[in-house]
Amino acid sequence: MGMQDGNALAGPLSEVFAVDVTAAQRLCPGCGTDSAVGALHVYRMATAAVARCPVCGEIAFRIARHAGALWLDFGGGGALRIPVG
Amino acid sequence: MAALTPGFRSRRRAPGDRLPPGQFLTEGFPVLSAGPTPAVATDRWRFTLTTETGDQHVWTWPQLTALPQADVTTDLHCVTRWSKFDTRWRGVSLDMLLDGVDTEARYAWVESYGGYTTNMPLADLRNGRAWIAHTYDGRPLPAEHGGPARLLVPHLYLWKSAKWVSGIRLRINDQQGFWESLGYHAYGDPWREQRTWGD
Repeated sequence: MGMQDGNALAGPLSEVFAVDVTAAQRLCPGCGTDSAVGALHVYRMATAAVARCPVCGEIAFRIARHAGALWLDFGGGGALRIPVG
Repeated sequence: MAALTPGFRSRRRAPGDRLPPGQFLTEGFPVLSAGPTPAVATDRWRFTLTTETGDQHVWTWPQLTALPQADVTTDLHCVTRWSKFDTRWRGVSLDMLLDGVDTEARYAWVESYGGYTTNMPLADLRNGRAWIAHTYDGRPLPAEHGGPARLLVPHLYLWKSAKWVSGIRLRINDQQGFWESLGYHAYGDPWREQRTWGD
């Protein structure tokens, strides 16, 4: 399967977050690119996926949906900026 | 051939039973990766074996291709449930690369250009079961399938056969690789359906 954009992760992310994270912004610690999560580049393997900066390719986060558990790794992937009231 | 581990004996399979449980046969060769395809020119390609004491054994592309080559026809099994029979590869056996390497390590940590990693017991790279493969179906291995060279360890799920391989670190202790640290199985035997953590 080829690369997709971050909107492909709206489903599994909605199982973790109370807000639509695909609309959040991420400031890439690697190259400074400010992009929406929905614009990240996503690579999948089975029920796992890795989301990367669309410019430099640095990993933003990894997520997997295995039996009975959702695995989420933000590592050093940069803060998500979620607008609040 | 299914691997054996202490205390476990693989189930005997009927001759011709080549499709592991939960798998579907494909004639294609799907492409999966954990990131963009790195461009690795053979003139700067290196393969580095690093022992647990830090000793390094480095091969350039001309050095690798000058070694005795093995022709391998094998079945592939991907954790995404496709299998492909009778794939034809050419490469160098890990037995040859590990010959003369002094190590007490029990585990291998495989590294790739582009940052991918995977792990397995070192024993699974020995005894004619693993190769650094550079030719597929009679042609140079395409970059999308891991060229210029990938690890080929076909008795485990295909995510263990790291594309764009750059080296192997021999380790006393196991360390989880890219997908293994996100819940995929540390060993990945397709005949035992070791897909994810806990299988």
